[in-house]
Amino acid sequence: MIKNVDAIVIGGGPAGMAAALSLKNNGIEKVLIAEREDFLGGILLQCIHNGFGLHRFKEELTGPEYAERYIDFLKSTDVEVLLKTCAIDIVSTGKKKKVYLMSESSGLIEVNAKVVILAMGCRERNRGNIAIPGSRPAGVMTAGLAQKLVNRYGYMPGKEIVILGSGDIGLIMARRMTWEGAKVKAVIELQSYPGGLNRNIVQCLNDYNIPLYLSHTITNIYGNERIRAVDVAPINEFREPLKENTFNITCDALLLSVGLIPENELSSNAGVCLDKVTGGPLVDSNLMTSISGIFACGNVLHVHDLVDWASEEAEDCGKSAGEYFKTAIVQAKGIPVKAGHLVRYALPSTLEPGKPGLISLRTIAPAENAAIIVKAGDSVLYKKTHKKIFPSEMQRIKIDTVPENADAIHVYFE
Amino acid sequence: MKKTIICISCPLGCNLAVEYNNKAIIRVLGNACNRGAKYAGKEIFSPERVVTSTVKIMGARVPLLSVKTDCSVSKEKMFDIMKQIFKIQIEAPINRGSIICKNICGSGANLVATRTLDKTTQIR
Ligand SMILES: Cc1cc2nc3c(=O)[nH]c(=O)nc-3n(C[C@H](O)[C@H](O)[C@H](O)COP(=O)(O)OP(=O)(O)OC[C@H]3O[C@@H](n4cnc5c(N)ncnc54)[C@H](O)[C@@H]3O)c2cc1C
Ligand code: SF4
Repeated sequence: MIKNVDAIVIGGGPAGMAAALSLKNNGIEKVLIAEREDFLGGILLQCIHNGFGLHRFKEELTGPEYAERYIDFLKSTDVEVLLKTCAIDIVSTGKKKKVYLMSESSGLIEVNAKVVILAMGCRERNRGNIAIPGSRPAGVMTAGLAQKLVNRYGYMPGKEIVILGSGDIGLIMARRMTWEGAKVKAVIELQSYPGGLNRNIVQCLNDYNIPLYLSHTITNIYGNERIRAVDVAPINEFREPLKENTFNITCDALLLSVGLIPENELSSNAGVCLDKVTGGPLVDSNLMTSISGIFACGNVLHVHDLVDWASEEAEDCGKSAGEYFKTAIVQAKGIPVKAGHLVRYALPSTLEPGKPGLISLRTIAPAENAAIIVKAGDSVLYKKTHKKIFPSEMQRIKIDTVPENADAIHVYFE
Repeated sequence: MKKTIICISCPLGCNLAVEYNNKAIIRVLGNACNRGAKYAGKEIFSPERVVTSTVKIMGARVPLLSVKTDCSVSKEKMFDIMKQIFKIQIEAPINRGSIICKNICGSGANLVATRTLDKTTQIR
């Protein structure tokens, strides 16, 4: 089957839905969303806890509620949605893009489009990505998989749980499993600070007296068919486990919450250049990737802790993709954005002179009384001091006007 | 008395320095907005949380319906509410916001659906 559209959005999570709506609002006629699951909403459908939408809707929604708001918006448009349809290849020849989809009902679909928006989200790091020694029994899984099993299918991964990594998914799951009657025995974190938001430490761990071991790691996993225990050890400043202080915790499940990686096989196969730090595509101020006409937003671009920002970014993305469609703007000639002291990454990689700019960034480590500074040459474009700043909180900075003749824009902490 | 608590009303997670006596809050410092002061009052004298979970649903294309309490409930009541939630089984169709259980466990909160699920004959 062949389909001709103006724009195709790959992925029907919050970012994909917001991007498609924004394309419509910016006058693009034929918009198609391809989603591999049998529902729209992405990861939100399994995030049944609340804490979504405070910025967008000024109320605290659960994941499914936030998703349904966007699904309802989409229903009032003529955006075409293909469910159970996975994008398997993108081919770009000049202004023309071909996206190959594999659909459960229609088989292979060849889509011709002028604009492609990548919104495939991210996946979790697993045991292979972090290399824990020991046997490979059942009962070791990522926290997100556990979340899916419990919240969508009603299966409990175990009764006595240890969680490695203090990312938000792990923290949320610690509470969820406790509510479901499991005993969460410990959360183990390699860093000296928690990976997730403060509020989740309070309401998911402290509320239930679940111990959080900072600067600790798991040094061994025991069990033949099923996991039965783990060894936990504190680490020194060189991240070496201290053998003499190792202790053992019995458990029947180990959940890994050790970070997310943008899902970019599709993008890199298409020839899109990726950023080594974020794992997502390198983009200019229009959120256009290294290939003209291919845009990216949401977790596939960089990991968002707040869905509100993923939606906002997707809206901007749809808008600039719409501009591209109408005016065929070429890659914006941009001023490079450079990440300096304490900045893990700053996105986009270039900003357009004479225009307003929006920079997303994260710190490498927690800091107190630190000022975020954005500078072009000697002129300070932005400065704001934060009492406390954490790597788990993405910062979004608005620049009024990007100067016309700067060599680079430096983003750093002081 | 003095206590430092973290406001959980939004992802900012402000550190609140709370000064209080047996009856009332005297002073709250460190809150970036008004909700922080309100939270501190509740958290010191009668902490409350929203409960989110799932109940079994028949006749929908998925086996579980996500639910929440429509306002925060006393922390002490959380596990009673969970016990009640385990027992509930409902039938599709259900609209987002429909009340699944009124005044659950006398908490003053209703248990409501957070998702819309249509009736289907096709069970996965
Ligand atoms: C466990 C967890 C807890 C969270 N808690 C909060 C919270 O409390 N508050 C908050 O604001 N935010 C929270 N977030 C963050 C928020 O959920 C994300 O920022 C948001 O979901 C990102 O949206 P997305 O559309 O980029 O990605 P996703 O939601 O991951 O959507 C991507 C979609 O693309 C589809 N897809 C992927 N590849 C293909 C392909 N090749 N073809 C077709 N479709 C494809 C996937 O099936 C999926 O539906 C949480 C996230 C997680 C994982
Ligand atoms: S005080 Fe206001 S800004 Fe700070 S965490 Fe609470 S609700 Fe958020």
